[in-house]
Amino acid sequence: MDNLHTVRLRMRQNPLMVVGAIVCLVWIVISMAAGDLAPYHPLEQSVMERLQAPSSDHLFGTDQLGRDVLSRVLYGGRTSLPAGLLVVTSAMLVGTAFGAVAGYMGGMWDELLMRFTEVFMAFPIIILAMAIAAALGPNVTNAVIAMSVVWWPNYARIVRSLVISVKSDAYVESARAIGSSPVRILLITILPNCVAPALVMATLDIGNAILIFAGLSFLGLGPEPSSPEWGRMVSDGIDYFDQWWLSTFPGLAIFTVVMALNFVGDGMRDLLDPRTRKQIG
Amino acid sequence: MSLHVYLMRRLVLMIPLLVGISIVSFTISNAIPADPTAANLGERAAADPDIVAAFRHKWGLDQPLHVQYLTYMRNLLRGDMGTSIRSHRPVVEELRRYLPATIELATAGILVSVIAGVIFGVVSAVWRNKPIDFVVRILSLIGVSAPVFWLALIGLLVLYLRWDVVPGPGRLDARVVPPARVTGLYTVDSLVAGDLGLFRNSIEHLLLPALVLGAYSAGLITRITRSSMLEVLSQDYITTARSKGLREWVVVMRHALRNALMPVVTIIGLSYSSLLSGAVLTETIFAWEGIGRYAYNAARTLDFPAIMGVSMLIALVFVVTNLVVDILYYWLDPRLRHG
Repeated sequence: MDNLHTVRLRMRQNPLMVVGAIVCLVWIVISMAAGDLAPYHPLEQSVMERLQAPSSDHLFGTDQLGRDVLSRVLYGGRTSLPAGLLVVTSAMLVGTAFGAVAGYMGGMWDELLMRFTEVFMAFPIIILAMAIAAALGPNVTNAVIAMSVVWWPNYARIVRSLVISVKSDAYVESARAIGSSPVRILLITILPNCVAPALVMATLDIGNAILIFAGLSFLGLGPEPSSPEWGRMVSDGIDYFDQWWLSTFPGLAIFTVVMALNFVGDGMRDLLDPRTRKQIG
Repeated sequence: MSLHVYLMRRLVLMIPLLVGISIVSFTISNAIPADPTAANLGERAAADPDIVAAFRHKWGLDQPLHVQYLTYMRNLLRGDMGTSIRSHRPVVEELRRYLPATIELATAGILVSVIAGVIFGVVSAVWRNKPIDFVVRILSLIGVSAPVFWLALIGLLVLYLRWDVVPGPGRLDARVVPPARVTGLYTVDSLVAGDLGLFRNSIEHLLLPALVLGAYSAGLITRITRSSMLEVLSQDYITTARSKGLREWVVVMRHALRNALMPVVTIIGLSYSSLLSGAVLTETIFAWEGIGRYAYNAARTLDFPAIMGVSMLIALVFVVTNLVVDILYYWLDPRLRHG
């Protein structure tokens, strides 16, 4: 990164990234302040007011138990956002460990670790996660564990290829020449140079993780039935088809968050990719 | 390396991969705390130790894990994937029954996404930074950002309930008798039976689920095609082609697109197996009797032989798709053949 001025210049050339960042921030603030913002308690039932269309009392209407949909949507980010972040973080840690060792050691270790990674890559994420989540018992923690188990191989792959491309660089040679230990070379000399691409991938990935998490929870393999979680709320709408607001609003919440994250991820990739940077000038 | 040697090498390498896959899915479906007895016996039966013991013995659950695994593999090599705990029918038979519906849906989905993705991607790259590029980029972002289950519900809500332009869930209208089974794909079987009305009906039912399922990959393929085209269009040989006086259309279609398709092929290959898993959500909503719904029901009831069967099947599809992609690469890129 050259200096603040060029960064600002590129931001202006990439308005979508700015929009995405703002939307992300707004959702983070909403999730943290949900207690103050929500007009009702997300679990408060009112049988008299069940399945009411959006009105001035209930801007997003009410669900089958008379709970305020708006309040539940505002609270929903408290589950989905940390879940997505957690899955990607743990996947990145595990994947980096595997990929770094495989790439640095090379030879038999590389072969062995990468074959192991391939095995996990061959499973479709949602089916394996579904099996794990179902077997461990459906709740948020288990859904996150299940997803992390299937999420790390991509990071292992990308970090491995980065480490391989960096490890023959001159500065790594010189670190070796002055007698640094392999662990030190890997952790201090090589890995910091591989962080940026992995981070871009992670940003692009959080949205994906939120999508899959919502999918699991839609299938009933995430949070418990009553909890205000977006995927779960969309699935409530299946049984009440005429009441469109039940599934439309929580779905929109997932959609806007993921879209904003994609804007940011795209922008970050453009900023860090020297090829597109050259074109910007 | 000749194609034969290359293929042989790849096929041999598939064996340890498949063994690894079987071990992982076996471990996951067996070594976890969940107890299939509780999920499959009624509450009263599960409280009776004799019944539970008989149940565990019957399904081999009382044997050590490695013995269970070896038994499973021995049977697998004979084409026997065990018996579903839930339905008491052979898993192989059930997979064969549900797979065609998913293949039909996933293929329709990939068709939608490849056609839309490549066209949008090329258009967007050719008219870079023009309004049409902007629209396509937003559309592709919508495709990769919208939850598939939500798109499905909104689609049904608007196109089926409000406007009534597509039929409701299911593979055919409720009163329609499915065609005699040849392939299990209703679109093909109805044509084989020579019943055009039935063919039309099955296409109509396929339309919305395929669009919904294909939306994500369509977005992905658009993005990859666009960036790959942009890269190719800046190459020297494109400038050469242009300066020879070739029409722009020829330059784009013949010189650029062919070279830009390499990364697209990879994504299409990867997409196909992700479509198969996206099918879980789509099938659940559209009451589509396929593998995804089957897997979902199996996971909910902890029907381990069925979960194993589905995992193995889909992993196999993934491995084979990867192989096909590599062969396509070989065929598309002369450097690999002569290098």
